[in-house]
Amino acid sequence: MPLTDLPLTLRPLAGPLPMWQGAADAATWPAAAHAVQEAGGRLVSLWGKMSARASVAAAYAVQEGLVWLELPLADGAATYPDLAAIFPAAGRMQRALYDLLGIAPEGAADTRPWLNHGAWPKGWFPLHAGARAPAPGALQDYPFVPVTGDGVHEIAVGPVHAGIIEPGHFRFSVVGEKILRLEARLGYTHKGIDALFAQTPPEAGHCLAARVSGDSAVAYAWAYCMALESIRGIAVPTRAQWLRALLLERERVANHLGDLGALGNDAGFAFGLTRFSRLREDWLRLNRAAFGHRLLMDCLVPGGVAADLQAGERDALRAQCDAVETEVRKLKAIYEEHAGLQDRFLTTGRVAPPLAAHLGLAGLAGRASGQAFDLRADHPLPPYDALGVNMATHRGGDVAARVTVRFEETLESLRLLRAMLEDLPEGACQAALPPPQGGRGAGWVEGWRGEVFVALELTPDGQHIERCHCHDPSWHNWPAIEHAVIGNIVPDFPLINKSFNLSYSGHDR
Amino acid sequence: MWNVIKLIARTGNLSEPGPQDAGAIEAEARRIGAELLGIVGRAVAIRELDAGSCNGCELEIHALNNPYYNVEALGIKFVASPRHADLLLVTGPVTRNMEQALLRTYQAMPQPRLVVAAGVCAKDGGIFGASYACRGALAGLLPVDAWVPGCPPEPLDLLRGILVAVARLKTARVEP
Ligand code: SF4
Repeated sequence: MPLTDLPLTLRPLAGPLPMWQGAADAATWPAAAHAVQEAGGRLVSLWGKMSARASVAAAYAVQEGLVWLELPLADGAATYPDLAAIFPAAGRMQRALYDLLGIAPEGAADTRPWLNHGAWPKGWFPLHAGARAPAPGALQDYPFVPVTGDGVHEIAVGPVHAGIIEPGHFRFSVVGEKILRLEARLGYTHKGIDALFAQTPPEAGHCLAARVSGDSAVAYAWAYCMALESIRGIAVPTRAQWLRALLLERERVANHLGDLGALGNDAGFAFGLTRFSRLREDWLRLNRAAFGHRLLMDCLVPGGVAADLQAGERDALRAQCDAVETEVRKLKAIYEEHAGLQDRFLTTGRVAPPLAAHLGLAGLAGRASGQAFDLRADHPLPPYDALGVNMATHRGGDVAARVTVRFEETLESLRLLRAMLEDLPEGACQAALPPPQGGRGAGWVEGWRGEVFVALELTPDGQHIERCHCHDPSWHNWPAIEHAVIGNIVPDFPLINKSFNLSYSGHDR
Repeated sequence: MWNVIKLIARTGNLSEPGPQDAGAIEAEARRIGAELLGIVGRAVAIRELDAGSCNGCELEIHALNNPYYNVEALGIKFVASPRHADLLLVTGPVTRNMEQALLRTYQAMPQPRLVVAAGVCAKDGGIFGASYACRGALAGLLPVDAWVPGCPPEPLDLLRGILVAVARLKTARVEP
């Protein structure tokens, strides 16, 4: 059991992963954060809810697994101890929590609104029970932190960007071409998903979860299903577990193929984009043929997967793994030998490992900065336990490292996919759903970008969702980009940004 | 139209050969491209705008630029500035936080201007509906010329939707 030195009562959460849940008080709330940090753990997510009283919750990754702590606030209280001083990534999560729920950290350094751009009134909180949507208000300007000095000027970019990209605002303070400071303003794609879950039947929540970030539909749907199945005690058939992992790896490869091409393109190597986008299209077309959806949305359902894999498609998937691997290896050699490309990639947008640890840099970007965490290897579920996952890590922390990690992860996923297709167990691909049951459960999945976490609470009768919180790894990595660009030139920003490829929608929710 | 087709035939297919089983998709894309050129007589410039999408729609719009659909060769160009755009391609349930940017982008476009709503979200808010955070239907805010079903719409359907909107140029209206 984790955190044994603290006066906490943790009880194991049902489910396939080692997770614990418990209540903290105002004293143990920061003490637990300190203890986790000292033990080398990390903050996964921070959120809150309003039932009879308000409460704030945090999920920590520790060596043993995941700890979900909850701090119920006293009646009428609207503050709780700040965690941003311990885990910087908590800062924006706490600001978002205030905008949704009206509870604030005590003495926090930054209390600017984050998701509320003025479109709904200050003092109106969407997660309060029965909150009716007010008339839209006028959008407010955001107080960016100014940088002054000789020759310093600002460049404002967004929310609408030049390409086919999600919206967000970037404010650069520059001297000549050199970036002194970048500050992002996000929240433009805030869709009120947290409030929407309360109106969604628990059996249909996976569809909404899959659309938190469309590029990670499988990871989110799986995390949601894991949480629901844990509450209801649903045993997922072995074949369905394998098929879920197969879908997750196909999602990873699809995104890596897209990113590797786009990264070449952003460094002036259009050939890379052409070749990789062709491979990606092949990949998506086979997704459509074998699973019914190019982006694999709604292929995972509570209890298993929506449709079984047919024998003919299994062969086609296997053949495609071989074909794509041959191409990727050729392109990897071309990328590595291309002096112009390497010149743009190397030392650009660097997040050194100590800074990455401090910021809690997550997922793929974290692994490229020496943060060796990958749930598939750290807490392997079937079939990962049987197959073994070789985690890709790098200490470079620059664009080049993030490219290398993508190449290595693509090849590793292709190996895993082939092994899964080879030994796919026979049997059912979906379990029947038992009658509704209340309670809480969590899902934790290593998506292609990083760890996706879902905390689900159902009403006692199990008929309704009381609270569903979906966490995207982009929460940790957006602030890291602001560090990564310092000292780089403005024209390298698109390349650096792409090398992280973070989700706006997953963050804004 | 004959000249357009002749020109396309003479130039040949400059893009990578597609997969063997996908010939029908490329042929359909080329047919749509020829029809587009027949209507506008030049490239159609599109400004894509994410009004709060989950990013799934963007992934499929991106796919239009891959060698299989190769839309630039079909006479479709994605442009950065709304001032260069004939058509606004909108995704997402129009979040309140994006509403102002959406309207400003539309206002910046020269007339006649077309609007295509891509995906179920832009149609009526889709799974996100209308709420404190989303306006829902794009048609409530802008005159929509075509809607492309799907979540997200597949690339070929996006092309068809663009064609439907552009065909309306024949009877284009200029707003006061
Ligand atoms: S239509 Fe579907 S894919 Fe497109 S933004 Fe909406 S939820 Fe995402």
